[in-house]
Amino acid sequence: MSLIVDNVSFSYNKEREILSDISFELNNGESIFLLGPNGTGKTTLLKCINHILTPSSGKITINGENIANMTPAMVAKKIGYVPQYNNNVFSMNVIDTIMLGRISFAGRRIRTEDKDIVFDLIEKLNLQKFAFKNINEMSGGERQRVFIAIALAQEPEIIILDEPTSSLDLQNQMFTLELITDLAKNKNLGVFMSIHDLNLTSLYADKVLVLKGSKIYAFGKPNDVLTEKTVREVYGVNAVVTEEDGAAHVRLIRK
Amino acid sequence: MKNTESYDIRKEYESNNRKKIIILIVSIVVMLICGLYFVTLGVADTSFSQVVSAIGAWFNGSIKAGIGEDMKAYKIIVLMRLPRIAIAIVAGMGLSVSGVAMQAVTRNPLVSSFTMGISSAAAFGASMCIVFASGAFLRSELGIILCAFAAAILCMAVVYAIANKVGMGAETIVLTGIALNYFFSALTSTIEFFAQEHKLAAVVQWTFGTFNGTVWKDVAFSGVIVLICSIVIMVNYLRLNAMASGDDELVKTLGLNPKRIRTLMFAMSVFMTAAVISFTGVIGFVGLVAPHIARMLVGNDHKFLIPFSAVTGSMLLMASDAIGKTILSPVSIPVGIVVSFLGVPLFVSLILKSKRGNI
Repeated sequence: MSLIVDNVSFSYNKEREILSDISFELNNGESIFLLGPNGTGKTTLLKCINHILTPSSGKITINGENIANMTPAMVAKKIGYVPQYNNNVFSMNVIDTIMLGRISFAGRRIRTEDKDIVFDLIEKLNLQKFAFKNINEMSGGERQRVFIAIALAQEPEIIILDEPTSSLDLQNQMFTLELITDLAKNKNLGVFMSIHDLNLTSLYADKVLVLKGSKIYAFGKPNDVLTEKTVREVYGVNAVVTEEDGAAHVRLIRK
Repeated sequence: MKNTESYDIRKEYESNNRKKIIILIVSIVVMLICGLYFVTLGVADTSFSQVVSAIGAWFNGSIKAGIGEDMKAYKIIVLMRLPRIAIAIVAGMGLSVSGVAMQAVTRNPLVSSFTMGISSAAAFGASMCIVFASGAFLRSELGIILCAFAAAILCMAVVYAIANKVGMGAETIVLTGIALNYFFSALTSTIEFFAQEHKLAAVVQWTFGTFNGTVWKDVAFSGVIVLICSIVIMVNYLRLNAMASGDDELVKTLGLNPKRIRTLMFAMSVFMTAAVISFTGVIGFVGLVAPHIARMLVGNDHKFLIPFSAVTGSMLLMASDAIGKTILSPVSIPVGIVVSFLGVPLFVSLILKSKRGNI
């Protein structure tokens, strides 16, 4: 599997381009972390890859197939999505919520094989004790696991996550990233996620893609990309970057 | 050892679902028995055994032939009271299921055919017909029904046209519906303001919502539409689960087309509601409250929520009509009034009892 983003640009109107000529490749088993200040088009890029938005130019292919030519159900079978925040007015229990991930396969009725996959995921993600709990009664970290389970229930080749650690405590941030990057390795999934924490990025990412002003500023291995110059030029913040246990460590400096 | 816990969870899940199906079947049987009991209530005294005999006589054709004892009572039961119970079941089912579908696709617990302006539009159509119509057909009961039906459909066509211009978003539909609700209410009030006294009385009577004078033809017409639309909605229960669980972007990532689902569910809800209230007049509360009562009982999985809402709505309307018929007998209080008096305390008590303190 490989996802190729080829010269993708996006704009809502002609005056302002949100994304300009974005190109990169995501291979299976690989985790790419997407960095950049607010308003640089991170979420827009995730939505373009997921076919929620259609690029103004350029193309995105999975295994050579252009996603612009795929139906939503076909995309759902290739790409799983974990939203940053989901407002659930009519929430269901964990089992029925994870079943949502099987809709593109099941059609109108959940089949035995769909249940097999869902109950297997509940065990793998250690959600047994929450199985009958309403997801609105769960903590942020537990809910995050449920949404990862929905994406995995789609049996995708790629998982896209929109700031999955933004509302979690330290332990849950590490648990979530550990889970996702392990899945990438063990299930041979491609993982593409937006994130703000530079040190977590350095710890868990295989590659880092940094956006600045709608364009790619840098793309490469964490230690190559996460430099004092990158932090200063992209975020306008001074930092000292050292190497700890082989990973770049970013320490911010007060103005 | 592997999968033992997950096997237990699965067994419990399947067992919970089986229990819900059994409770649903029992509820339907109880509803039908209650319906038969409610048939005995009314100005003319009839017993439960007479009701059963009358239904037997109806099926073997002796009522049509006019033979047998108790023929007068049988005719009251079969031609007046049973259609009334049947329309209560049909109306309860139609209004509740349309409420469930609309709440799901708009992700809004306050939405029903009443808040979306369908009832106000139907009332406007009926008022126009009562006050201004000329000619035998339009002045007939059928004329009023058709005008109410047409106005309800027209209202939703306007909501759809406006919402479609800006992408059929949930918020746009709700806000447009609420705006049109006020608009049609204002139009109806204007008509009432200028109407002659006897016509004003007829308009006000229509807006009360009643099952008085229901005949089998009315039941058949509404029943067929309600049944077909309910089946279409039920078949899409997984899609409704998805629509109710997250925003349109999440729904798209699950492989669905939210705009198409919203349009289909909306059309089904409007047809059902129009097919009911054109015959009964405005019954406002049941479409909002019955789905929420069902939610408190079985949760938000539409596989169970839809049938449980249908039964809850039907029970609520049947009980309200029975109370309205008997409490000040021989005066029959319209069901549209009683259902609010019965439903509000029931709803509030369920909210207070609910574990989470919310719906």
